[in-house]
Amino acid sequence: MRQLFTILTALNVAVVGTLWAAEPPVLTVMTYDSFVTQWGPGPQVEAAFETTCKCDLQFVGAGDGAALLARIRLEGKRSDADIVLGLDTSLTAQARATGLFADHGLPEKDYDLPVPWSDPIFIPYDWGYFAFVYDNTKLTAPPASFDDLINAPKDLKIVIQDPRSSTPGLGLLLWVKSVYGDDAPGIWEALSPRILTVTKGWSEAYGMFLAGEADMVLSYTTSPSYHLIAENDATKAAASFSDGHYMQIEVAAKLASSDQPELADAFLDFMTSERFQSIIPTTNWMYPVVMTDNIPDGFDTFGTPDKTLLFSDVQAASVRDEALSEWLAALSR
Amino acid sequence: MAGRAQPVNFTTLAGLVAAALIVALTVGTVATVALRAEYSARLNPADWAAIRFTVRQALVSAMFSVLFAIPVARALARRQFWGRSMMITLLGAPFILPVIVAIFGLLAVFGRTGLFSQILASFGVGPLNIYGFQGIVLAHVFFNLPLATRLILRGWQTIPAEHFRLAAQLSLESNHVFRHLERPMLRGTLPGAFAVIFLLSAASFAVALALGGGPKATTVELAIYQAFRFDFDLGKAAFLALVQLALSATAALVAWKFTARRAFDAGFGRRIRRWDGLNAVSIAQDIAVLSCAALFLFLPLSMVVLRGVAHLNEIPAPVFPAIVRSLIVAVVSAGLAVFLALILARAALDFRKNGKSFAGWIESVGFLTLATSPMVIGAGLFILLFRFFSPSSMALPVTITVNAALSLPFALYSILPALRDAEAHYGRLADSLGMRGVTRFRLAIWPRIRPSVGFAAGLSAALSMGDLGVIALFADADNATLPLVMYRLMAGYQMDAASAVALLLLALSLALFWLFDRGGRLNAAT
Repeated sequence: MRQLFTILTALNVAVVGTLWAAEPPVLTVMTYDSFVTQWGPGPQVEAAFETTCKCDLQFVGAGDGAALLARIRLEGKRSDADIVLGLDTSLTAQARATGLFADHGLPEKDYDLPVPWSDPIFIPYDWGYFAFVYDNTKLTAPPASFDDLINAPKDLKIVIQDPRSSTPGLGLLLWVKSVYGDDAPGIWEALSPRILTVTKGWSEAYGMFLAGEADMVLSYTTSPSYHLIAENDATKAAASFSDGHYMQIEVAAKLASSDQPELADAFLDFMTSERFQSIIPTTNWMYPVVMTDNIPDGFDTFGTPDKTLLFSDVQAASVRDEALSEWLAALSR
Repeated sequence: MAGRAQPVNFTTLAGLVAAALIVALTVGTVATVALRAEYSARLNPADWAAIRFTVRQALVSAMFSVLFAIPVARALARRQFWGRSMMITLLGAPFILPVIVAIFGLLAVFGRTGLFSQILASFGVGPLNIYGFQGIVLAHVFFNLPLATRLILRGWQTIPAEHFRLAAQLSLESNHVFRHLERPMLRGTLPGAFAVIFLLSAASFAVALALGGGPKATTVELAIYQAFRFDFDLGKAAFLALVQLALSATAALVAWKFTARRAFDAGFGRRIRRWDGLNAVSIAQDIAVLSCAALFLFLPLSMVVLRGVAHLNEIPAPVFPAIVRSLIVAVVSAGLAVFLALILARAALDFRKNGKSFAGWIESVGFLTLATSPMVIGAGLFILLFRFFSPSSMALPVTITVNAALSLPFALYSILPALRDAEAHYGRLADSLGMRGVTRFRLAIWPRIRPSVGFAAGLSAALSMGDLGVIALFADADNATLPLVMYRLMAGYQMDAASAVALLLLALSLALFWLFDRGGRLNAAT
């Protein structure tokens, strides 16, 4: 009996042992929803990384960028995630302050960004400019600056997103603040009659624009590229503003609580490789941070704006609350 | 049973457990969020403005919804016509439509480039302006007029057929029937309907913002959302959730205070026939009322359907597992909601019978979830469960539980009065016949409450199907429900495919509602 027990135990250990060894390590990447859908970069990135890493790459979708940060703050040090992918420079200062993220320890790279980038924690993977998108068959002379927009014909209406609930909404808030500084409240007041309405998220606003409710919608300079490449529709364009365009740089970082730190570093390194970067343009509809040959014709119809605007993450965090109260006060009249 | 001191029996105990579960889900989750807070909460002037705005728009929305619902319910109650039952089923549609779909449907009719603006434009008149306070009220009436109509219509059906027969024998005309039969009934029905719609409108956020034309339309729910995701101020999120609970409690108390109870005694359960209102004027009146209501409710719905039909072939493959998941969530949530409602209603009646004031508390617990912020319930459950489970493994159980809790008020509102009436009219008879337990329930009570249970189950199922609720915080790429798939499609520029999924969602929700509602009324007396 005793022998049988010993044999069984040994067998058990052996079986469990082999199973254990056969199980590849899991790397969990928490990101925003649109990254993981079948049209997003997720499936291709997963396939590409798994061919080299001998691991199981799993994505967890959590709303959008700001929801992502709230989620990781809720989870704290117990999080199962190894990497958070999808924060931007309006959030990185708060993310850094949580102490939940670790240094990547990777050598500095020369990114293909309009601004220099150096950060011990966050590594960029794509970027874009905010812009007002319009229909060029309906609007032949689009406004070319905020001033133009303010002085546009009375019936020209734009739809924007609420900065409290939307990433582009917050982007516009910082855009106006970076152009006008202390004059921002007056600009918002002057813009107010142009604003048809403010929506919770990008989807409502963009849907309203496509339905013809508004003449222009706050989105990205790459939105027309989507229509051109995916739908063969050349009627959408982004208005170029002489004030300059505010940027969004999307970043990823490793969590300090990760149980796969080497694998996480390998993923962050892979993220700025040609392979990963070539997936980004036509799935995430943003510009890659490393030159890649896989940029289809018509992707960069917008060109380079006169000025590139971007607060450092520390500045963004410090002007955010003030800019929000100015916005609320001006538009609540 | 009555008047005798007795040990706490099984049904009462079950009722207390159910009540405790609901309190844990509402107050408990708020407390959990508050405990995780890093700083103490204070309300700033903007929060107070949000509270004032919430109350104001909800009051006006509830007032118009109930006001318009009275003539619609009256017309439906006293007319028999072809398509009446289909109209009553379709009335449920706006209520279960996902918010973002409803916004697009309303704009397609009332927007700057909508149907009405196009018609106006051909007369050279400028476009309609829906954006502003009027837009919020319009949208909330669109959502809630059907619910108000259903609730008030049920009130009409509680007037025993014998009363109308007697009224006819006395040759009472419409205005007298109104004064003697319908007005007392309305006194018993309207306050509750008003309170429910007030609370539903108060919890609105995306609609109020998009159609309200800007941040002056900030509601408490938006302030909670901001506190959670923009400021990550959990203390404030919890505090605002408490404010919302307090609003809910106040509304429920006021409604309870104004509700006249027990308007009618039992009839014989005959089919109601009306002899009043047969003159040309009132017939024309009813036709006009029903046509206006149908136009107002079904035009935006038709726009949603037309748009979806055009893109049905673009529905992507991952939608099909999501359909299965959503159906499971809907049916199980509905079962759970009805089960909880039956238990709570039973316990409330037991307490009332024994003359305990506790009955009122048990009843109000069922309505607690009406004004709880889904955001805070979600965050609270997340904090509690995250220690023990991986969030994505809990996505479906949590969604089912929360959806059941969120639709419990409607289930209870439907089942409690029916059970009360069944007990009042047939309970004594059953007791005198010595019926007990399951037999008593099956023979004396169940046939009387079955239509209400069917309606409650249908409404809960449809609500759980369409409601995004809290799943967003728990779901990952692999276990999304249908509404979440739709939102993700929209976020990825796939607006056309999303419109087809929206149509699918609407059709499935309505089919579920119809199945349960029909099943409840099959061969039933009313």
